[in-house]
Amino acid sequence: MIRIEVLNFSFYVICAGILLAFYRMYKGPSLPDRVLAADVISTGVSLLAVLYCLFSHTDYYLDAAIAIALMGFLGTIGFSRFMERKAHVHD
Amino acid sequence: MYMIKLAGYLGEFFLIFGSLFFLIACLGIVRFPDLYTRVHAASKAATLGVAGIGLCAFIILDSTAASTRSLLFIGFFFLTAPVASHMISRAAYTLGVHLVPKSARDDLKKSGHFASEK
Repeated sequence: MIRIEVLNFSFYVICAGILLAFYRMYKGPSLPDRVLAADVISTGVSLLAVLYCLFSHTDYYLDAAIAIALMGFLGTIGFSRFMERKAHVHD
Repeated sequence: MYMIKLAGYLGEFFLIFGSLFFLIACLGIVRFPDLYTRVHAASKAATLGVAGIGLCAFIILDSTAASTRSLLFIGFFFLTAPVASHMISRAAYTLGVHLVPKSARDDLKKSGHFASEK
């Protein structure tokens, strides 16, 4: 059993990390910076799903966390392939 | 009773550990000077943060299905985070994103495989 203060602290810390990643996504000078920020944001959202699991003592949201992580990974891979293909076209 | 309390303290430790490491990863993304160093920060520290919070879920949630799924969550991140960061770095190098000027060596520049860096 986890105390609610610790859960609140962890929630605020993860939300601060997601906001920092949003800052990098807003500012990032190149396209891969933004893709990296999107990857980290998807990681943070899956961590929030695990945190809700710990908060409610159920295990339904672990499946959601795994699915969100899978979506983030597939998005990153797709964007990377897209960027490489764009670079080859410009040559 | 004492075992339950001990599991709670251990879970709290892993939870704080993991969330702080995730914050360190995001701080590295904002503060590092270069795309490649940012990728390194995101890959390593965020993976450690995910491992910490997954271990907390493994300890706290007391059904077998939940514990197995949280271990699966950790294993998934350990498998996919290096692949994703490698793909991002290779795409960035192909696009011609420059390294920070004081970086020491650039072995891919000599190999000549990447047309945008010639």
